[in-house]
Amino acid sequence: MSFGPFLLLALMEGLVTSAVLALTAVGLSLVFGIMRVVNVAHGEFFMLGAVSAWFVTAWVPGPPAIGFAVALVVCPLLVGGIAALADRAVLKWLNYDPDATIVATIGLLYIFQQSALSLYGPDARPVEPPFSFRIQLPWFGYSGYKLAVVAAAAVILIGVWLFLSRTRIGLVMRATQGDREMAEAFGINVDRVYAGVFALGAALAAVAAVLIVPIQQAHYLMGTDPLLLSFIVVIIGGLGSLRGTVVAALLIGLGDGVVSVFFSPTLAKIIATLLVALVLVFRPQGLFGQRQT
Amino acid sequence: MTDSRRALVLHLGVIAVLVALHFVAPPYHHTNLARIMVLAVYAMGFNIAFGYTGLLSLGHALFFGAGLYAMGLLVQMAGWSAAAGFLAGVLAGALLALAVGVLALRTLGVGFMIVTLMFAQAGYLVILYFNPVTRGDEGFVIDRAARVLGPFDLSADTPRYLAALTLFAVALLANLALVRAPLGRVMVAMRENEDRSRMLGYDPFRIKLVALVLSGLYAGAAGAAYGLLFGYVGASFAAIQYSILPLLYVLLGGAGTVLGPFLGALVMFYLTDFASGLTSAHQLVVGVALIVLVMFAPRGILGAVRERWVRWLP
Repeated sequence: MSFGPFLLLALMEGLVTSAVLALTAVGLSLVFGIMRVVNVAHGEFFMLGAVSAWFVTAWVPGPPAIGFAVALVVCPLLVGGIAALADRAVLKWLNYDPDATIVATIGLLYIFQQSALSLYGPDARPVEPPFSFRIQLPWFGYSGYKLAVVAAAAVILIGVWLFLSRTRIGLVMRATQGDREMAEAFGINVDRVYAGVFALGAALAAVAAVLIVPIQQAHYLMGTDPLLLSFIVVIIGGLGSLRGTVVAALLIGLGDGVVSVFFSPTLAKIIATLLVALVLVFRPQGLFGQRQT
Repeated sequence: MTDSRRALVLHLGVIAVLVALHFVAPPYHHTNLARIMVLAVYAMGFNIAFGYTGLLSLGHALFFGAGLYAMGLLVQMAGWSAAAGFLAGVLAGALLALAVGVLALRTLGVGFMIVTLMFAQAGYLVILYFNPVTRGDEGFVIDRAARVLGPFDLSADTPRYLAALTLFAVALLANLALVRAPLGRVMVAMRENEDRSRMLGYDPFRIKLVALVLSGLYAGAAGAAYGLLFGYVGASFAAIQYSILPLLYVLLGGAGTVLGPFLGALVMFYLTDFASGLTSAHQLVVGVALIVLVMFAPRGILGAVRERWVRWLP
């Protein structure tokens, strides 16, 4: 294969990474933007989404597409429910103190990881894709499912944006982000908003995982990479800025695809992690965020 | 007896008990204690940054790993002596802390945690990237023949315990001296009220940098000693889990207490050991311990003891 098609392949792989990353990172960004909580367990919500998708597709009879559709609905709800519970039981108790919540979510990370290991086992298991057809390009064939993942992610992201900007619940969430005490004074139940936001963030990670699990197998340690990449994306995009997060996800996903294909995946990650550290040091509002006064 | 003398007697007493244990502890606990003492030095370093200066780093594995790998690579590949390798490890930890500190200390709070986390992750990935040299996750073993300090074979039980104890004792007493020196007081002032300390004429950046370098020096020393005493160098020691470990020890034992890191390491080590006898899910214990601590006992064991009974505890 010559350079041009090779680059195209790298970019397409990068686009799939970007799509999943954007979903996961928007979840992290929402939680940080509204609750000011750095959720270290976010990657584990991703992992729980993938692992529960395996259980659901294994239990639901019939063609794989039905099981997958059920998983796409059930898993995010389940993971969102777990997240809301964790918020009520732990984070609320800590009054959302930044240091304490980081330590607590590290604890949650260990608990989720160990639970998955005990209930699901150490093996990586595949989930059957709901459909399989190849799109034949002049140079290579490409999985139609991967392109469907990109489309689905785009639809969900637009949905999240509409939800936040056009619905009443979205308005309440943004009001809480703007000024928590004022929102409380206007009779908004901030506790419920926080639980909802935490659940929504986790559910987005779970949706991303359900979408990716037919391509990448479900494994109990699979949450680490999405967590670090989401951090990178959220920081480069500017903490709490949704548009920045999506743009950064594209940038990091495509960059990761190209560097991984032409050099090495490890090198791509080293560059990304150093980049994020330097962005935080020299431009803490992110590449696309506005400086806060 | 004055408070400072009481404190000195208490810490010397702990060291004396550990000397005594050398003669009476059964072999299994003897090896465990050597390991705990080295890990406690690591946690003490973490405590200098987190407990005293208020710098919550999530990337201390970078400094531990730097000490471990600087020592391991120089001793195993370049044929350095164990003593020279150890000093190189200490230096590597301190220098890396200096480099990270110069950059990371420009950020505050959550930014600082994430920057340190990212630098540590980059360090871990660098170890994996140079797989042909470092052997990545698999790691490498340091030859027994190279693990000698003068006439002592560090891979044998007795010298290993005594070497760990020496390092621990030096680190503990230096830590005690540090927190009672003016520098230690200023570090606490940074934690409590940075603006006021600045108003009094202290330079927060410089004080925090010094604290972080000392912290990195401890971590590097612990890493180098761990490699020498237990003979194995692997990438997992530079992974995120090893950044969380000292945080756990310090939170459990009591942040901002000199003996806290050791007590935390001791309790956590045996708790994990006990739990892994009952269930294979020992990570669960770590997770639950973190959450319970931060919810119900944010000051840790010695923090609570100091608050209620022993006001003079340093």
